[in-house]
Amino acid sequence: MTALSTRAKVGLAAASAVLLGAVAAGYAAFAAEPAPPPPPTAGAGSVTLDPGPRLLTVTDRHVASVATADPAGPRAVSAVECLRVYAAAGTGVCLGPENAWSYRLVVLDAALRPQRSFAIPGLPNRARVSASGRMVSWTTFVGGDSYTASGFSTRTGIVDTRAGTTVMSLEDFAVTREGRPYRSADVNYWGVTFTADDNHFYATMSTAGKRYLVRGDFAARTVETLKENVECPSLSPDGTRIAFKEAVDADPNRGWRLSVLDLATMRVTATAETASVDDQAAWLDGATLAYTLRQSDGRPDVWAVPADGSGAPRLLVPGAESPSPLT
Amino acid sequence: MYLSTVSRPATDPPVPGPGRAGRRAALVSGNVVALGTVSLVTDVSAEMVTAVLPLYLVLGLNLSPLAFGVVDGVYTGATALLRIVGGFVADRFRRRKLVAGLGYGLSAVAKLGLLLAGRSVPAIGAVIAVDRLGKGVRSAPRDALITLSTPPQSLGRAFGVHRTMDSVGAFLGPLVAMAVLLVVGRSYDAVFVTSFCIAALGVVVLVLFVRERPTDRADEGGSADGAGEPAVSVREAFGLLRVRAPRRIVLAAALLGLAAVGDGFVYLLLQRRENVELTWFPLLAVGTSLAYLLLATPLGLLADRIGRLPVVLGGYVALGATYLLLAGPLGGWPLLVLALTLYGLFYAATDGVLVALAGPVLPARLRTTGIALVQTGQALAYLVSSVLFGLAWQAWGPDTAIRVAAATVAVVLVVTAPLLAPVRRTASRKVSR
Repeated sequence: MTALSTRAKVGLAAASAVLLGAVAAGYAAFAAEPAPPPPPTAGAGSVTLDPGPRLLTVTDRHVASVATADPAGPRAVSAVECLRVYAAAGTGVCLGPENAWSYRLVVLDAALRPQRSFAIPGLPNRARVSASGRMVSWTTFVGGDSYTASGFSTRTGIVDTRAGTTVMSLEDFAVTREGRPYRSADVNYWGVTFTADDNHFYATMSTAGKRYLVRGDFAARTVETLKENVECPSLSPDGTRIAFKEAVDADPNRGWRLSVLDLATMRVTATAETASVDDQAAWLDGATLAYTLRQSDGRPDVWAVPADGSGAPRLLVPGAESPSPLT
Repeated sequence: MYLSTVSRPATDPPVPGPGRAGRRAALVSGNVVALGTVSLVTDVSAEMVTAVLPLYLVLGLNLSPLAFGVVDGVYTGATALLRIVGGFVADRFRRRKLVAGLGYGLSAVAKLGLLLAGRSVPAIGAVIAVDRLGKGVRSAPRDALITLSTPPQSLGRAFGVHRTMDSVGAFLGPLVAMAVLLVVGRSYDAVFVTSFCIAALGVVVLVLFVRERPTDRADEGGSADGAGEPAVSVREAFGLLRVRAPRRIVLAAALLGLAAVGDGFVYLLLQRRENVELTWFPLLAVGTSLAYLLLATPLGLLADRIGRLPVVLGGYVALGATYLLLAGPLGGWPLLVLALTLYGLFYAATDGVLVALAGPVLPARLRTTGIALVQTGQALAYLVSSVLFGLAWQAWGPDTAIRVAAATVAVVLVVTAPLLAPVRRTASRKVSR
């Protein structure tokens, strides 16, 4: 290489730059995502959040609904773009894009009209509405603020739509861990589910490498731990059981088993779903859970399985995610 | 045995006369510019991926990234060891450029690995480990090449210019990634391929323009890197730590590493104090980089004039001041601007300048190994201090914890200054044992 003149080297470098630039541009042209087709707003009627025998999902990043009786059948797709959606009692929450790299939370009324909206930090992950439609929560993934460099952390917030109170992050709530006051910089929350009183809630709290089920009090701004290795809780309609994902051998690297915790006995029953479920499940009724599974290419499908550990999982809505019954 | 073949005063006395300094300001050796260009290009590539990786994992692959942070700490130890081994190999075969090139190459290939890893979490973890390994392996030989291609009295300037170029790249990376996404939509593959092409260009620049045996070195000839002498043995490398000056600087680097707690903590405290809109949280790091970028060269020049030790120690004073600010009465925009500026100043005054301080003390034939030891000691200590700070936060709460951190900086300064003061003197004369 030393034999080359400076001019030859500059020439070679320039040629490499042009060649590599062409490779990058060529790949970009080849790989560019085609513009998504406009969502078919007609077809199976329009989407509303009014309670009824329908199942709300996200289809191709748009809010859609299907009839509970024929979940694989015709689908109503709205123009509202969301990555995660949930609804109850005519109130919806949608975590959708604000622009190419930031997201926002939108509270929707029954006709999908935005009621309030604000930017949320990070990437949408979980969303939930209380059974009365009053309380709304969300979880996002935030990169880069964990002290071991490239770790991820989560942010979870709650809005009381009636009182207008917004808590952008649960991290300031006072923590009682295993009966004792606790604080740590690495406390993270995800996956809120509300009780019927619209004040108490369950969620996952992680700290020091462990993940706990916590019970929180929104008005008092406190949480206390109940049990280890319970993630993404989802309270049953009667408030007696919690569906959750349980890390296999308490190691999230080994995947999660969709399970149900009986709050009276604290007994855990694994469901018949053996595939790893990375989702906050939704209760379709008092006995059935719905959740998203992904095919090897990332395509989502909504599945259902009995909550009591019996039966077998069945495919509910192909090509959809983020299920929510319209109750 | 010659410890140091430095034939000119490194820092004492300061470079005389403004006229001479002014004329020299234009002179950073071609090799340093070439290495700076490689770093700039490579950092564009690296930061592109860093910027989109969370988006890719969560939105592209729908993976749960919490499972992902677990593997992180494990690699730090392995990388530390391999970094030292890489440094030794570079010295032993006098192939610093080759080892640095391998490091850059590994990181470039890792970008393509992201495409091949698909949705497999272990595969993505392995690819990221390869990328880190490349980063670990390349930095010591790169810094050694900078010291070997620069007259000792200009090392501060050389590192200042290099670190500025490096951080310009880091600054541009996320912007380039956003531009690519703007063109291709949510096709993250295109970002990785572009990142690979940019990294490959960095390797091409390295191969064509970086010289193993700098001929443009002002004072000494080709023997500067120990050519013509017998190859470095493992025993000799271990012996490095038995000699006073290198041992002191490695020890001092580790102690200084203990003084700094993780970046994440600093930003988290700022965010909590000021209730910074969470959406703007990432901008805190951008503010620090901007201060670093702007201050690295001026502080490098200052280090050449007044000595490197005062600049490094001053950097740690800025760090202590940053910590005190986080628990102090000041608030609002003044706090944000002052804290981020001081934090950037800390990086600008210490990152490159510490290597500039260490370089002349380390014998040329073992310089890569020595620099690897300094950087590894610092990195491991930094990890320890971050864990300890996490525990302090847990036990005493954030305000007390950060005050303790500020006090730790003061203690470390008091202990380190006498450790390094003789190093500065040693560097300025020929030593034999």
